[in-house]
Amino acid sequence: MINQVVQDEVPVAGDVPRVRGRAIVVTSGKGGVGKTTTTANLGTALAALGASVVLVDADVGLRNLDIVLGLEARVRHHVLDVLEGVVTLDEALVTDKRVPKLRLLAAAQTREKDDVDTAAFRDLIGTLRDRFDYVLIDCPAGIEKGFVNAIAGADEAIVVCTPEVAAVRDADRVVGLLGDDRKVELIVNRLRPALVRKGKMLSVDDVNDILHLPLLGVIADAPDVIVSTNRGQPVALDPASEVGESYRAIARRITGQDSAAPEIPREKTFLGKLFGGRS
Amino acid sequence: MIEFLNRLFGREPSSRTAKERLKLVLLSDHLSLAPDVIEALKHDLFEVISRYVEIDAANCDVTFEQREKQVAMMANIPILGMQKRPAPPPVPPASHTNGSSKPARKASANGSGTPRRRRRKAQPQSMPQPQLAQGSPQPT
Ligand SMILES: Nc1ncnc2c1ncn2[C@@H]1O[C@H](COP(=O)(O)OP(=O)(O)OP(=O)(O)O)[C@@H](O)[C@H]1O
Ligand SMILES: [Mg+2]
Repeated sequence: MINQVVQDEVPVAGDVPRVRGRAIVVTSGKGGVGKTTTTANLGTALAALGASVVLVDADVGLRNLDIVLGLEARVRHHVLDVLEGVVTLDEALVTDKRVPKLRLLAAAQTREKDDVDTAAFRDLIGTLRDRFDYVLIDCPAGIEKGFVNAIAGADEAIVVCTPEVAAVRDADRVVGLLGDDRKVELIVNRLRPALVRKGKMLSVDDVNDILHLPLLGVIADAPDVIVSTNRGQPVALDPASEVGESYRAIARRITGQDSAAPEIPREKTFLGKLFGGRS
Repeated sequence: MIEFLNRLFGREPSSRTAKERLKLVLLSDHLSLAPDVIEALKHDLFEVISRYVEIDAANCDVTFEQREKQVAMMANIPILGMQKRPAPPPVPPASHTNGSSKPARKASANGSGTPRRRRRKAQPQSMPQPQLAQGSPQPT
């Protein structure tokens, strides 16, 4: 219900109405809670479902998305090159050969967030929406200029939050800043079911009793994520990985292919631990 | 006190402590009030009410709930007895008339409706009416 594909139709030259893509910013307030990991994996999973996807790294100055995707060696140009007219958009987009429907627009590593003009960035996202089904924007931590730029062109937001006091507090702040005009949904990341059972970690319900957001999905705290990041192979591409499946399930929920309530990761059994590990 | 000790010695699940801390900190974020100011507010609230009725102080509870854009405050204050009365003895409730409702309604426009009861009791008195009406929205 909440996850229905909301698409507004925009008339394009030649007056053939074309369905506009969705621009979704992945944000959190607090740093290090998993925005980049989430963006990379959801983008990969959406593209694997057949949607055309562009990932935009809005973390200018601290670019990471290319690394998590394993595309760093192929990045030649970045967002600011495009905004400043140094290269065309097509020259700056990197195609992911594993999932050819996925493109990356990298951030500039040696520039600052203040170098980006908010209106120009918003226009760029608008341009991308006309060409792709999904524009996922990896938002920097904080609520300053980089955040303002990242959310400017997005009509939807995914708030990533870990089950920790500081992360929930910052998520609450960000939800306030996102305003009422955007669809905002929640991903709880790095859940440790065993700790929740022992009362040592906030549960998904605890978190959402406070945030009151539609729950898009829950990702377990998993070594797979770290291992896949080491390799530059998004875990969403691994058919045998449970977290990979969690990301794929979220992607299906985003497209509207799956409307069931999100699954909460469960504790691993002893045998599961024995045979499920990867290194 | 016991709750405090339990917490100190880690007898309460830390997740519950986390949630309580979160609730309080978000409340103060939303109201732009420091947590100790909120505690003071609760204290004063109970104090004011206990001037009029005897309350079960150990079981008083004030909670705050986020509702859309507003924070709502809910007080659960068990009343043990009605024997306590405000300084000037109130007149029996039977003496209420419609004629006296006008100033009361005017007063409730700048506060919430909750103090109405107390105001009514006080109304039939001769003098303190204006002061009471003015001051009444405060305890809510
Ligand atoms: N579900 C998970 N399980 C295990 N580790 C995770 C998980 N999600 C993220 N991590 C790890 O947490 C770290 C931070 O993740 P990530 O870089 O995605 O966060 P971020 O929110 O983008 O950070 P920043 O605010 O710095 O941009 C990374 O080392 C990542 O591998
Ligand atoms: Mg990041």
